[in-house]
Amino acid sequence: MKTDLITSLYVFMLAGFIGFEVIRRVSPLLHTPLMSLTNALDAIAVVGAILLAGEHKTTLSTVLGTIAIVAATSNVVGGFLITDRMLKMFRASRNPKP
Amino acid sequence: MTSLPSTDLIIEITYLIATALFILSLKWMSSPTTARHGVWAGELGMLLAVAGTLLNRGIVDYKWVAIALVLGTIIGVPLGKVHMTAVPQRTALSHAFGALCVTLVGTAEFYLRAPSVPRFMMSVLSMEVILGSLTFTGSLMAAGKLQEILPQRPITYKGQNIVNLGLLAAAVGVAAYLVIHPDHMYLFPIILVIPLLFGVLMIVPIGGADMPTVISLLNSYAGLSAAAMGFVLDSKLLIVAGALDGASGLILSVNMSKAMNRSFSNVLFGAFGQEQVSVKGGQETRAVRSATPEEAAGILAAASKVVIVPGYGMAVAQAQHKVRELYDNLTKRGVDVKFGIHPVAGRMPGHMNVLLAEADIPYDKLLDMDEVNGEFPQTDVALIIGANDVTNPAARTDASSPIFGMPILDVDKARTVMVIKRSMAAGFAGIDNPLYYLDKTLMLFGDAKNFVGSIVRELSGGDSHG
Repeated sequence: MKTDLITSLYVFMLAGFIGFEVIRRVSPLLHTPLMSLTNALDAIAVVGAILLAGEHKTTLSTVLGTIAIVAATSNVVGGFLITDRMLKMFRASRNPKP
Repeated sequence: MTSLPSTDLIIEITYLIATALFILSLKWMSSPTTARHGVWAGELGMLLAVAGTLLNRGIVDYKWVAIALVLGTIIGVPLGKVHMTAVPQRTALSHAFGALCVTLVGTAEFYLRAPSVPRFMMSVLSMEVILGSLTFTGSLMAAGKLQEILPQRPITYKGQNIVNLGLLAAAVGVAAYLVIHPDHMYLFPIILVIPLLFGVLMIVPIGGADMPTVISLLNSYAGLSAAAMGFVLDSKLLIVAGALDGASGLILSVNMSKAMNRSFSNVLFGAFGQEQVSVKGGQETRAVRSATPEEAAGILAAASKVVIVPGYGMAVAQAQHKVRELYDNLTKRGVDVKFGIHPVAGRMPGHMNVLLAEADIPYDKLLDMDEVNGEFPQTDVALIIGANDVTNPAARTDASSPIFGMPILDVDKARTVMVIKRSMAAGFAGIDNPLYYLDKTLMLFGDAKNFVGSIVRELSGGDSHG
């Protein structure tokens, strides 16, 4: 599904604005898990690496793609794991005052 | 062949849903009560997108893909299980992995397309590999410094910024030439190697206390390079994920630079390895009042409101669990205990919050700077554990101070200030802290973990003979 450059730029711009608005609302309390979560989401680059390794066009592209999958997958797995571990630790007071 | 085109559509729909889930994932991070839903949304989105990709008819060989996915998981699991104190270096390392992936894909895409690469394609490709490779080595350096494999001390020399910016300009120049003449393929390695070198040199002048800004900035670069990869591959999903990550890193970097009173351009140009200020003058030996754990325990027990201000020193001393015992003990006595957390306390944004949450301190007791500053005038005791510059009142009052203008925690407004500190050595910025010489300040000299432990012992023992 080929799209033109301008459409892609629009997507980038809109996503940037959404990013700013959404991230601005994240409590400073959670800035560390936020960073590990965005890191895991960013590893969606694995999609590009899978195509590269799977399409098997040249030896170079397969080798580079395979290494890229390893790097990105470790971020996906490690990133989600640690984010969840961190968030599990955040708990409210047992009897919070009104 | 009429049924097949629908596979493409299915793939695109999985990407669309994944994109929505990623945005929701970040939206749910706004509050600790919904944050775990955010992780689940992210995981589901990732699963969908990867599954969709595997349906792609272009994939002729699943063997390497499968091996790589398994290998990545094997590496990823231990990285997800590191100790909480190692989270800053783990984060830096994962920025490096993300950047590595992007750089490798960019390199492969160039050699697949060369020598006839359209100009726009070549521009985003260059952006992808330049940002990717400098983030790769920069993040490795940052991780090395945080893990203390590399010297943490900033290394500076004359003309450092000129050398660094010159290198970056050279890389951009070569990239621009390649955009016009993509058939000069031999030039491509240059736009890989120069940024790799630049990434190393960029981190060399960075000291430990600047790490929160640097990690945020590298986070942003990693995101932007992934977005560039999205343009190369024409993947909206990747563009959105990269833009979200880039925006997140950017917001955090701006926050961090504001909290350190540095201009954002100062940060952007890698000049955050600040000019070394040598504050030698005014070395009169002023008297400080010190106190024993027993005295400190007495004052804390008599207080009705205590604010604890943790800093990197608490993390280094691994004192957070002792701090929790102190919190429990005081809370049981009916003392209102809260924590005041400066944005740049620790080695990455939110570092202190994670350590205290791990020690099982409820998050509603962890206040950020703006929330807690209004409370100090009604506070009986401000207890500072391993923090220094972020409590320095000179930032508010002394226009000649190098940190003048930096937002600080107004601990000096509390009735009594107690500072747990190893010695009178100056803080990271090498600036004397007038807080220590106030009449209301008591210095508690010693290792944070041991000292807090002693206070707790006094408090629990004090019940029997008090």
